[in-house]
Amino acid sequence: MTTQTQILRSKARKRAKTADKVATVVIIVFALSIVAILLGLIGFIMFRGLGHISWHFLTSNPQTIREGGGIGPPLFNSLYLLVLTMIITIPLGLGGGIYMSEYAKPGKITSFIRLVVEVLSSFPSIVIGLFGLLVFVNTFELGFSLLAGALALTIFNLPLMVRITEQAFAGVPREQKEAGLALGLSKWKIITSIMLPVAIPSLVTGTILAAGRVFGEAAALLFTSGMTTPPLNFSDWNPLHPRSPLNPLRPAETLATHIWKVNSEGLAPDAIQIAAGASAVLVIMVLLFNLFARWGGRTLYRYMTASKRMN
Amino acid sequence: MVMPMPFSTEDLSIYYGEFQAIKNISMGFPAASVTALIGPSGCGKSTFLRSLNRMNDEIAGSRSTGHIWMDGIDLTASGTDVIKLRQRIGMVWQRPNPFYKSIYENIAFGPRYYGIKNRKQLDEIVETSLRRAALWDEVKDRLKESALALSGGQQQRLCIARALSVNPQILLLDEPASALDPVSTGKIEELITELKKDLRIVIVTHNMQQAARVSDYTAYFYLGTLVEHGETDQIFTNPEKNSTQEYIMGRFG
Ligand SMILES: Nc1ncnc2c1ncn2[C@@H]1O[C@H](COP(=O)(O)OP(=O)(O)OP(=O)(O)O)[C@@H](O)[C@H]1O
Ligand SMILES: [Mg+2]
Repeated sequence: MTTQTQILRSKARKRAKTADKVATVVIIVFALSIVAILLGLIGFIMFRGLGHISWHFLTSNPQTIREGGGIGPPLFNSLYLLVLTMIITIPLGLGGGIYMSEYAKPGKITSFIRLVVEVLSSFPSIVIGLFGLLVFVNTFELGFSLLAGALALTIFNLPLMVRITEQAFAGVPREQKEAGLALGLSKWKIITSIMLPVAIPSLVTGTILAAGRVFGEAAALLFTSGMTTPPLNFSDWNPLHPRSPLNPLRPAETLATHIWKVNSEGLAPDAIQIAAGASAVLVIMVLLFNLFARWGGRTLYRYMTASKRMN
Repeated sequence: MVMPMPFSTEDLSIYYGEFQAIKNISMGFPAASVTALIGPSGCGKSTFLRSLNRMNDEIAGSRSTGHIWMDGIDLTASGTDVIKLRQRIGMVWQRPNPFYKSIYENIAFGPRYYGIKNRKQLDEIVETSLRRAALWDEVKDRLKESALALSGGQQQRLCIARALSVNPQILLLDEPASALDPVSTGKIEELITELKKDLRIVIVTHNMQQAARVSDYTAYFYLGTLVEHGETDQIFTNPEKNSTQEYIMGRFG
């Protein structure tokens, strides 16, 4: 090799190294700014709201005109609506996703279903709310109720859940399926016992995303679960009683709808503080739910795969 | 006509769409012996092997004609219970594919699925299968740990143990050692020699030394046809066909 080509090569190498360094710095800057924006946002909400949170605030009823209203029922409603929605969404989403990934044969019908799912996932939530009003509230005569809200949120979340399930199952190594087939296991057994455990981490992520949207959604709920909560009797847990908190056929305003209402038409003198406090509670709940779901998913994954880590 | 062997193919052809990957192959697999399938890449060894337990059915667009005989029953007949059949024919691939479960569960899963619920019986099956796969001593103290924590060679023996757990009569191995280090490869080869006492084994390999060491019969495939099939000694020392000799020599060289 001549010295000249040697020099050229070492120059090229240096250039590559510089480019590598620059790219790394740029990427780190982007990552850091995302983290900074996120922390700033959470910090801002907490700063404005934390001071207003007290046991009284968390447990007492909202006030329309007077000062000192709390968020007890909306807080409960948000959690209960999450549970109701997930009870409907998870089985449907898992079923649809498993069908799409394991049973549907590639073809016109499958592509059509996929198209429908995608269109549905880009529907504005206010449209879903109006649809829920027409179909669940009026036609099915559910009235403004938790159930109508849960059904509307299911429509809102199902595409996401189906897509994530489909991807989670498609991501399971093909060799796992082959091993099951060669052992003579049925397709259903392979799906439920071999593939599902492997898919759990992705399914947990999907469930967290879907749940976050339930907490945060207001537009789809205004016309379905309604903007009011009837007086509740927190010592009556029979879901069939009209004043029981667990009655799925009663109207319910959630934290998000409550914030919206207080902000837009709140008459109480402390409306601004209540909105800020409720926002902080909402953010804390989403964070807590995230941690809890991750911990639950990890435990489940460990239990089902005998592994130490979630990889 | 000669009686078909208890396990043999007759005029077996396999197609992927229009493409014929296996062309009218008739060959038998004698009991208590190892048959090696050799041939250049893409000649159809894996396709042929997969068709023996009808795993090829799972590939969209594939179909077959001809017969596979097992104890007088035609496995390709449409009424064949594929699930039962696969219980009798175990399979192991090039890349170890243990389930994402504990070592114990990997072995116990099949037997439990077939109805064995008794814990003691399962324990016994796990131990025997692991012993037969020469893995017991290495894992007996960590049966509850994830199978994915094992080394590649151990994982491969675990996969063999898993295949043995449902008591198959035939074991199909597709390049079972080609992703492993020499020590692990040696262990797998010893294992094959040990297992063939009560099993028929069909092994695909690109390693001629390995074929010569472990197999009793060798079949040379080329472009989907069976060029030559006979006792390994004879195929390796004095093949009838020139192309067989060329392939083997080229591979040894
Ligand atoms: N799923 C498939 N779809 C279409 N064609 C396939 C498929 N699998 C294999 N083939 C074709 O069938 C022929 C035989 O492939 P096969 O995998 O059986 O070869 P092989 O002998 O096992 O090769 P190797 O030694 O590389 O593993 C090849 O021409 C291959 O392209
Ligand atoms: Mg192959």
